[in-house]
Amino acid sequence: MPQRPIEDGLFTWPVPDPPNRAALIGARCADCRAVTFPASPGCPRCGADRMEAEDLPTRGTLYTWTTQEFLPKEPYAGPETAQTFQPWAVGYVELGDVLRVEGRLFDVDPAALDFGMELDVVVRPFTIREDGTEVFTFGFAPAAG
Amino acid sequence: MSDVAIAGVGIHPFGRHKGVTALQMATVAARAALADAGMKWSDIQYAVGGSFEVDNPDAMVAFMGLTGIDFNNVYNGCATAGSALSLGVAAIRSGRYERVLVVGMDKHPTGAFTSDPTGYACPAWYGEMGYFLTPKFFAMKINRYMHDHGISVETLGRVAAKNYRNGSLNPNAFRREPLTVEQIVGSRMVNYPLTQYMFCSPDEGAAALVLCRAEEAPRYTDSPVFVKAVEVRTRRYGAFEVHSPSAPVERVAAPTTDVARAAFEAAGIGPEDVDVAQLQDTDAGAEVIHMAEVGLCRDGEQEKLVADGATSIGGSMPINTDGGLIANGEPIGASGLRQLHELTLQLRGRAGERQVPERPRVGLAHLYGAPGTSAVTIVAR
Ligand SMILES: [Zn+2]
Repeated sequence: MPQRPIEDGLFTWPVPDPPNRAALIGARCADCRAVTFPASPGCPRCGADRMEAEDLPTRGTLYTWTTQEFLPKEPYAGPETAQTFQPWAVGYVELGDVLRVEGRLFDVDPAALDFGMELDVVVRPFTIREDGTEVFTFGFAPAAG
Repeated sequence: MSDVAIAGVGIHPFGRHKGVTALQMATVAARAALADAGMKWSDIQYAVGGSFEVDNPDAMVAFMGLTGIDFNNVYNGCATAGSALSLGVAAIRSGRYERVLVVGMDKHPTGAFTSDPTGYACPAWYGEMGYFLTPKFFAMKINRYMHDHGISVETLGRVAAKNYRNGSLNPNAFRREPLTVEQIVGSRMVNYPLTQYMFCSPDEGAAALVLCRAEEAPRYTDSPVFVKAVEVRTRRYGAFEVHSPSAPVERVAAPTTDVARAAFEAAGIGPEDVDVAQLQDTDAGAEVIHMAEVGLCRDGEQEKLVADGATSIGGSMPINTDGGLIANGEPIGASGLRQLHELTLQLRGRAGERQVPERPRVGLAHLYGAPGTSAVTIVAR
């Protein structure tokens, strides 16, 4: 089955082994050193337009989270139907001391989530498109050792 | 520079109105505002119309009368009414026009708002992942806020219960059934920790204000209310805002804090002078956060204030006396003018069963929405 990331240039591709060694790809401002994710053509902090690609830290801590308990409308492109939908957890994870990144929280019971818990960046299968391509996305999972 | 007065207010009830278009609702609200001011449509020289769903709010002239006036349309997310009012007020202050109509209208489909993420400077994948949803962000913001400032789930329930109670006293409200704290906290979980009855829903409605020069106000009303300030601000780098794939750890004040400070400065008063406030309660958590962000209290004080009933109609800091967004729903273009309609009635002493005792002197209206835009209006009699 052909595989592809949900967007080019968003995270390490192909999926590394072990998969918790994936990194998100941000951009750093050459002038003020602010970091963005995803990579932005312009700096939201100082307005400069010289941005350089940079891998973000692969481990972080949970800043906040919620549960998504209803099936999102379009443009959501996940595989579920109203019948098969299961709530998921989503949160902002603080990577290093510069950026909080939003992403799905995998492999954890939402009731067990807590502020400050350690999480790793992971890459996971997201959906299979009509043409048979398996689409991968990024998220976070409890830190593995 | 002329000061600006509210000469008349009008509203079309919020809710669901099958077979009635947004432009028809706007016409009802505008005619009510004109009647309240004792003006005719032909007296109006300038109009601003706000809407999300209606391409051309100015098309209401087909129902009002084709007088050829300067009529402009605005959309600025949930702060649309703030932007519309700001333009209307500026037109009078500059001396360009003397009698102005500001009108807002909308008719939304059911369910959470959705749109094309790329129109919000968000990548397409953000929407494909199911992240382009406002309730989810607001849930994450209040979850962290509750942790940092000791706010309980019961407080969220009490805020919503207060707004439903106020809505039950408002004949123009969408939701008029009081709900208990237990019913609210125990309702279906939507985005932890926010449950179904803690959220407002998109709906339908219209509201309108007629503005005039302050010196002329006695011609139109025996109880004029003056617009002391109306300000709009967007987010700065470091604000933690909706529709953000990432947020810097470096934090600055929220756009609500920035815009409230600017409005207080322009009005020459402080938060302690506010007698009644209408805050953007997209959900119960938003009302809690916005109390502190506009400066009505400090972070964490909401827990006791709400428990003590300070934000109820008879309390020391009445908030959302007409039921807010939670009881009225949110027709985006009209929502902020609904707030000004309520503040005007309160300052006139004509809010009926919802009247704040001792007839308030100063009112504050606040709007907030994606992608981090806020408006604050301060009115006084
Ligand atoms: Zn920069």
